[in-house]
Amino acid sequence: MKTALTSAEKIWREHVIASLGDGVDLLHIDRHFLHELSGAMSFKGLDAANRRVFDRGLTFATIDHVVDTYTGRGLTSSTPGGDGFLRAFVDGVQRHKVTFFGIEDARQGITHVIAAEQAIALPGTTFVCGDSHTTTVGSVGALAWGIGSTDGEQVLATQTLTMSKPRTMRVRFDGVLPPGTSAKDMVLKLISTIGADGATGYAVEFAGNVMRVLPISARATICNMASEMSARFGFVPCDDTTLDYLYGRPFAPSGAAWESAARYWRSLASDDEATFDAEVAIDCDDLEPFVTWGTSPEHAMPISSVVPEESRRLDAVARADFFRALSYMDVTPGQRMVGLPISGAFIGSCTNSRLDDLREAARVLRGRRVADGVQAICTPGSSAVKRDAEAEGLDAVFKASGFEWREPGCSLCMSAGGESFLPGSRIVSSTNRNFEDRQGPGVRSHLASPATVAASAIVGALADPRPYLQ
Amino acid sequence: MQPFETLRATAAVLLRDNIDTDQIIPGKELMKTTKTGFGAGLFAEWRYLHDRVENPVFELNQPRYKRAQILVTGRNFGCGSSREAAAWAVRDYGFSCIIALSFSGIFYSNCIKNGLLPISLDIEAHSSLVLALEDDTRPLEVDLRECRIDSAAGSRWSFTLPAVHRELLMLGLDGIDYAATYQSQIEAFRAADRLRRPWVYLEQPGSLSA
Repeated sequence: MKTALTSAEKIWREHVIASLGDGVDLLHIDRHFLHELSGAMSFKGLDAANRRVFDRGLTFATIDHVVDTYTGRGLTSSTPGGDGFLRAFVDGVQRHKVTFFGIEDARQGITHVIAAEQAIALPGTTFVCGDSHTTTVGSVGALAWGIGSTDGEQVLATQTLTMSKPRTMRVRFDGVLPPGTSAKDMVLKLISTIGADGATGYAVEFAGNVMRVLPISARATICNMASEMSARFGFVPCDDTTLDYLYGRPFAPSGAAWESAARYWRSLASDDEATFDAEVAIDCDDLEPFVTWGTSPEHAMPISSVVPEESRRLDAVARADFFRALSYMDVTPGQRMVGLPISGAFIGSCTNSRLDDLREAARVLRGRRVADGVQAICTPGSSAVKRDAEAEGLDAVFKASGFEWREPGCSLCMSAGGESFLPGSRIVSSTNRNFEDRQGPGVRSHLASPATVAASAIVGALADPRPYLQ
Repeated sequence: MQPFETLRATAAVLLRDNIDTDQIIPGKELMKTTKTGFGAGLFAEWRYLHDRVENPVFELNQPRYKRAQILVTGRNFGCGSSREAAAWAVRDYGFSCIIALSFSGIFYSNCIKNGLLPISLDIEAHSSLVLALEDDTRPLEVDLRECRIDSAAGSRWSFTLPAVHRELLMLGLDGIDYAATYQSQIEAFRAADRLRRPWVYLEQPGSLSA
């Protein structure tokens, strides 16, 4: 048996209730966050089986996915069928009496943003939510992952899940981040290197000297996109940055309890002699702003570069997928991305909607105007982020430039038949998925950092943000 | 949930990698608070041209695949969003078994919870199966008791699945009922854990916020 353990192995070990053989364990789930889509279904299933919530203290809820985000919105959804989910969910949280950050609550926001803000997620906790980007809260050292609504029912009823223990991977980001680049560029480079299936079945620990100096918001962007390489978990073990961030937040321990928790959390760092099943190193010294050209986050490239000549893998299936992506996006091998006209720009989502992201975009937008013909929208990640941004006057910068300044929610990250960019339009987005039809029928999404989205909105075409950040 | 022991059925081949759940069940297809009726929405953007008119070029629309109950596909099937409706759509369409090079972890769990058998084969086994299916449309026999797939031509492919997942599928067990058999261990764990990590166990909320 190994004596030197990685952080993920330490945290996993602390949560095993029973070993079920073949690497499958019954785990205790410390935190469960629900939103109105998957959560409504979990409550519905619970009620149908006449079951109660086992531990209401560990269960949290908010509204983010299909709720409208236009200014002055209430509890409504423009997505067909959305109102039904909202009603069923609010009914469920009220009857089962769990902590609920509703639309009128000052703490409402995107689940993964407020989970860290409120310190609902804590280092060394197992944290689940019915959304694949739950990995985001790995930013504060939790093992966090997405689940379906049926597993959500199981967590509500038993506070447990059966899970296959993943293998371990360490991704080291080394070097120094050049000016004008950010966490989004780091993680797009990573995914383009190892592929959309590059971390399937792995618990990914993010490390390296660049990670050490990143704030929690930047760590969140990287942990968020761990889901796009199919990682089971993506997290940064607790360090001083984590402790400084969490101290004093609403659901964090305080007083003597804080001191002993902090000591325990520090002990969860990977042992020096621990070995990982896989190691990946990404050099950041020559990092450029990245942008996607295709229909997977793995189709990412430096903005100054051109669409690749061939697929990452060279088998017939990969080639066919590659040509399908080129065709959907209407781009060709060898084509420059800079200068490709866009008609939509979106800054928001659990990937990039925190205060640091808005500050970065504002640096580009200040004193400049969004190009004619570009619909530009910003949704701050939470009510707290929105208030903080407004206190700094960032909203005025966005609005003066021609961006819509909206209410918190998932919004245009995903159009489920509701609000979307114009069918077939080409847009640039600070979100996490450029899948076919995700942001509207036939919509062609280019993923990028908030700074790159802002610069592209100003130019009216995909643009390198660095000249605008001087 | 339907128990799964053996299945004798045609296999449909959809050989693409990284098929994400947005393609399996597009967002606009899943906006209903039921767990059934998603069959018509499966692969909707690929399957239909418009107004639900079938796209003749889409692999699954080939006449020889019309009664298929086994789906054969590539790497990382079910990646992306955790939407469980993806598993419901695959099941409602008529598939009971998916054979892939690999699955997204979330989608794999959703399969187990819905009586769908997710089989991973290594590249050699997968390639030989796909080759065998190219010209032979006769049904395959999938045996979960023996963990093997047999073709009418006499070829056999073995697979592995964790014992607990086999048990859940073969008995059609509800995950909650299964966890309930560990009730005393769960309580013992939590009692000990409260002492080790008291900061995990927050107070039950006394009042609501609307």
